[in-house]
Amino acid sequence: MSELAERTEVELLALGDDALIAAQRLAEWVSRAPTLEEDVALANIALDQLGAARMLLATAGDEDELAYRRDDQGFRNCLLAELPLGPARGDLDFGWTMTWLLMLSAAQLLRYTDLAAGADEQAAGIGAKAVKESTYHLDHATQWMLRLGGGTEQSHRRVQEALDGLWPYGHELTEGIRDRWLALVEPVLAESGLTRPADRWRPDGGRAGRHTEHLSFLLAEMQSLHRAHPGAQW
Amino acid sequence: MTAQTEIARIAGAVPDPELRVVTIGELGIVRGAELADGRVTVTITPTYSGCPAMDAIRDDIRAALAGAGFADVEVKTVLSPAWSTDMITESGWAALERTGIAAPGASGTPACPRCAHAHGGQPTPVLQISRYASTPCQSLWSCRSCLEPFNAIKKL
Ligand SMILES: [Zn+2]
Repeated sequence: MSELAERTEVELLALGDDALIAAQRLAEWVSRAPTLEEDVALANIALDQLGAARMLLATAGDEDELAYRRDDQGFRNCLLAELPLGPARGDLDFGWTMTWLLMLSAAQLLRYTDLAAGADEQAAGIGAKAVKESTYHLDHATQWMLRLGGGTEQSHRRVQEALDGLWPYGHELTEGIRDRWLALVEPVLAESGLTRPADRWRPDGGRAGRHTEHLSFLLAEMQSLHRAHPGAQW
Repeated sequence: MTAQTEIARIAGAVPDPELRVVTIGELGIVRGAELADGRVTVTITPTYSGCPAMDAIRDDIRAALAGAGFADVEVKTVLSPAWSTDMITESGWAALERTGIAAPGASGTPACPRCAHAHGGQPTPVLQISRYASTPCQSLWSCRSCLEPFNAIKKL
């Protein structure tokens, strides 16, 4: 395998896993969002993530094998993607979710932009397609950050707590694109009246297959049917 | 009509599984149709990468061509160039508008399909209710004049 092909495959797997795990996380909101419109929005964003994941993983290998047959150590997603969408496992917090989506979609937008400009033709096609969708995801999260950050005392406090909790995971997420990512995210935080957390703890390891326990729970749910009935079809 | 043109016509005339009023040809989903050595290859492109209608579209193309006597059909998917709303044809936009689905509008604000031709063609004020609607490619709006909700195709 050429150096380019090898580098592209590592990148496709990382991006594909980010999108796949994010899709599974976002799907937890289906039928539980604060309003019907938001329920539809989150389901659609999850669907976009799943679509991007399928294209990326199908290019990197066999999409079903990759999605359903790997253990947690085989996954290359960043830790942010697998975190619960609330302060603790099992929580589902809307402000937390929008903060998570802001951080994730800003990084995905930049990575897909780079993929679209790359030398690998197939990967560039996927990147060009996914850029357009990420733009919508980032916009959606931005609109909510403005409303929550500048909303009530409670909404502001909760979204600031989410930001403080998730910010450390932004380091691994933005490796190599940190400055461009900050240029996208910091103005949103400023306009939302939120305090950009200081850079301290930098948890990582996801890209090397060292994950939090949250991924194991997520995979158990995502893979159980396929593992019980290998090759099952609808 | 040559077989090649016939194949392109049949594939393009397949209705979109979610927006039944327009064909996949009008939506710009069909990129090409070829006949070589008795084998038909139809090339399509997804509107959104996670579009759940793609499998149904593939099946519908095969069924439509099988009905016209073309049994050996391969449906290929290409991503490049990425689909954009600019690929929807004029007749496609007209069919969408007739059914109450608005175009995104040059400025990003759609015109209410019910009021578009009233008020001397002056656009009525509209309000975005949700950036996402019944399909990933639509957003939900409300007209401040007739007070009716409507979907608009999102600019992509
Ligand atoms: Zn109206």
